[in-house]
Amino acid sequence: MTDNKDAVLSVRGLKVDFTTPDGDVNAVKGIDLDVLPGETLAVVGESGSGKSQTMMGIMGLLAQNGRVAGSAKYRGKELVGLSTKALNEVRGSKITMIFQEPMTSLDPLYTIGRQIAEPIVHHKGVSFKQAKVRVLELLKLVGIPEPERRINSYPHEMSGGQRQRVMIAMALANEPDLLIADEPTTALDVTIQAQILDLLRDLQKRFGMAIVLITHDLGVVKHFAERVVVMRRGEVVEKGTIKDIFERPQEDYTKMLLAAEPSGSKSAPEDKAPIMLEGRNVTVDFAIGGGFFTSAHTRFRAVDGVTVRLKQRQTIGIVGESGSGKSTLGRALLRLLPSNGQYHFENKNISGFDRAAMRPLRRELQLVFQDPYGSLSPRQTVGEIITEGLLIHEPQLSRADRDKRAIAALKEVGLDPGARNRYPHEFSGGQRQRIAIARAMILKPKVVILDEPTSALDRSVQGQVIELLRDLQAKHDLSYIFISHDLAVIKAMSDYVIVMKSGKIVEEGQTDDIFDAPQHDYTKTLIGAAFDLD
Amino acid sequence: MTDISTTNIPEKETQGRSLFQLATLRFRRNRAAMAGCVVLFFITLFSFFGPYFLSHTYDQVFPSYVTIPPSLEALPKADTLGDVMAGVASRARVQLKEFAVDGNTFTATIHSDQPIDPRATRYFDRANEFQGTKVAATEDDGKTLKLSGNVNREYFFFGTDANGRDMLARIMLGGQISLAVGFLASLVSLAVGVTYGAISGYIGGRVDNVMMRLIEILYSLPFVFLVVVLVVFFGRSFILIFLVIGAVEWLDMARIVRGQTLALKRREFIGAAQALGLTDWQIIRRHIIPNTIGPVIVFVTVVVPKVILLESFLSFLGLGVQAPLTSWGALISEGANKMQSAPWLLIFPAIFFVVTLFSLNFIGDGLRDALDPKDR
Repeated sequence: MTDNKDAVLSVRGLKVDFTTPDGDVNAVKGIDLDVLPGETLAVVGESGSGKSQTMMGIMGLLAQNGRVAGSAKYRGKELVGLSTKALNEVRGSKITMIFQEPMTSLDPLYTIGRQIAEPIVHHKGVSFKQAKVRVLELLKLVGIPEPERRINSYPHEMSGGQRQRVMIAMALANEPDLLIADEPTTALDVTIQAQILDLLRDLQKRFGMAIVLITHDLGVVKHFAERVVVMRRGEVVEKGTIKDIFERPQEDYTKMLLAAEPSGSKSAPEDKAPIMLEGRNVTVDFAIGGGFFTSAHTRFRAVDGVTVRLKQRQTIGIVGESGSGKSTLGRALLRLLPSNGQYHFENKNISGFDRAAMRPLRRELQLVFQDPYGSLSPRQTVGEIITEGLLIHEPQLSRADRDKRAIAALKEVGLDPGARNRYPHEFSGGQRQRIAIARAMILKPKVVILDEPTSALDRSVQGQVIELLRDLQAKHDLSYIFISHDLAVIKAMSDYVIVMKSGKIVEEGQTDDIFDAPQHDYTKTLIGAAFDLD
Repeated sequence: MTDISTTNIPEKETQGRSLFQLATLRFRRNRAAMAGCVVLFFITLFSFFGPYFLSHTYDQVFPSYVTIPPSLEALPKADTLGDVMAGVASRARVQLKEFAVDGNTFTATIHSDQPIDPRATRYFDRANEFQGTKVAATEDDGKTLKLSGNVNREYFFFGTDANGRDMLARIMLGGQISLAVGFLASLVSLAVGVTYGAISGYIGGRVDNVMMRLIEILYSLPFVFLVVVLVVFFGRSFILIFLVIGAVEWLDMARIVRGQTLALKRREFIGAAQALGLTDWQIIRRHIIPNTIGPVIVFVTVVVPKVILLESFLSFLGLGVQAPLTSWGALISEGANKMQSAPWLLIFPAIFFVVTLFSLNFIGDGLRDALDPKDR
């Protein structure tokens, strides 16, 4: 390939390597791509495909042990191998970046006004006072209400969506030619995700800048980008226009990605199926503040009088945006939190049970968490992790018996039994989630609460985990409570849906009813935002 | 979904490597830290097994050799021995004709105008330096005797102190005590601090409040005051020293572990353990403590030198180990008093002390790098 003269960014044979104690890891293995002025190029791939590292390499933002080789030209100017000083003339002014985590990519010590002014002051050599006019303009542009007041706010005073808007304002401050957006909406709720993408599209029209959108979410790509580059294991698998890729994918990998959308549905259990777990008027309060001698002065009601009734073999999906109290509800139902309400498990009143009284019931009531990286203790082997519950609930088992059970459990979740001598950090996200599921299943529970078990996983892996959960349910007559913000997954998994907002149930009903004919305005917005994109 | 760590997972590896094994690998690659380990190992060997290869004990007094500078030659030297022999000969009223020292034996030829009573050899044995003097040959009808016997010659490689005790033996003993106090007191502080901090941090709330205020109260007590009180109550003993030091050092450890625990408590694997029905104590023992081990190990390597210094401070005040026992700290403080007249009393213990502290610091640095979670 020869250089494309018109391209804003022209990448040829770019390689990114990391030196690790286990030898070199080639994260990016020589890729070529061009970004044309004013276009939106989506770089798609699963975790570890090197899509982010490509951009980090170009911007000189690699981790300490990273090296970049090859060529990346911004309007004919070579960026690879440039000194930090020379690179800074381009970076932050002509090419800017926004990141995934709006919660952590702003400095909590400075007002947002000051942070937006920073790149202007740095690149244009004006004072902070002079930059203020421009900052107000930018805040208006990205749709922050009352910019005159908000300019003096600190990041913690703003919501996730607003912070992402501030990040965008920072990136736009010097009217860049190229905006690299690294998973800009992944950490946001669906309704806010749609708003941010609309904003980006608006701004692109206005300024005519090119956008490189790094994402794993094909729904976003389809609506937002013009051209797509599909990456896998540091190589470009396929590239082409949106139409080509979505309608006539050439490579198997691309086809697999496109088909990875969760599908299927679940039929409701029989009406006379026994009720396994019931929580009536569940209310959870969190105390805020309070010192050594004073009691808490404010209370925050996270869950407010919610009633849940879970039948055998049923899957109840609980949907809601962050802060709606859905995870808190899950934990309250398992009596892991102090809460008020009436609880029944298999017709036994467990409302007054304390921790010790609950302990024998724990094996029947299990929990699987969202974060497969955080939910496994890094200092135990997989075998130790999954057999830990047996030590508590079946202390009579010998070591060999426990080992047998561990092998069976690992086989059941589709992992190699040899995995039990290894440590969690050696597994990928999807494998770790299988380990977490094995830990719950080894106890042969009756009710499993799944708290966003697929949210941290790639779509294709998500599909496999959903399949696994379905199989296990059919095999062991399990009842699930499936908590997620991802409506597509909820639709595929559950037969009954509860929509929560601010700790209260907004709407509930059979899955089909909720998705086909939502009654409440909030449910409508939620479904609208999610399926508009897809 | 940007996650670098998933990219470097070895796909086909049957035997797992724990975080600890990975840390060991990284540690092995750190030359300074490995050198520190080796040096510390040899110093430990020297201190604990050295005395078995030494004929002098740490409390043996050599009145003839007070404040002798270090030397590789055996003492007394040949010319001094000649003088001593001449003195002995004059006391025995004989003439010394010839005198030679060969290693640990001597030969001497004495002559007198009258035949010499062989019992005169007794005079020779009376001197400290000679032993087992025998008549080897008689000439001139007993007027000339050839004597042979053993010489008591001593090596003092590191010299002797003001009481005539061998510094080498004393440094070995000092090493035993300093290292023992350093490691045992650190262990005491480790055990108490980790348990206390983990419990306080994990249970939280009012319990945490009370436990941490107690630590602050203990912090505010002057250290020396505490030591004096304890020594008065329990009497002076070796075990007390590291109990006392450990009892002071655990406060820092408890705070560090509590901070770690607060962060760990919010991790999901703790939640998972609760959902499995583990008791608080099981969670602390199985999940909290193993995960705090990184910062704790690093902190221990800082505590060990600190404790060694504290012990020498106590010995200096007369509250630590008492003569004839000694520690490096005590040796250094004695040596510092005689820096001008007998510098070797300061130099040798100081070298050992400094080298040990350096090794511990290098090991600490190496461990900190090796256990750094950022690499994961």
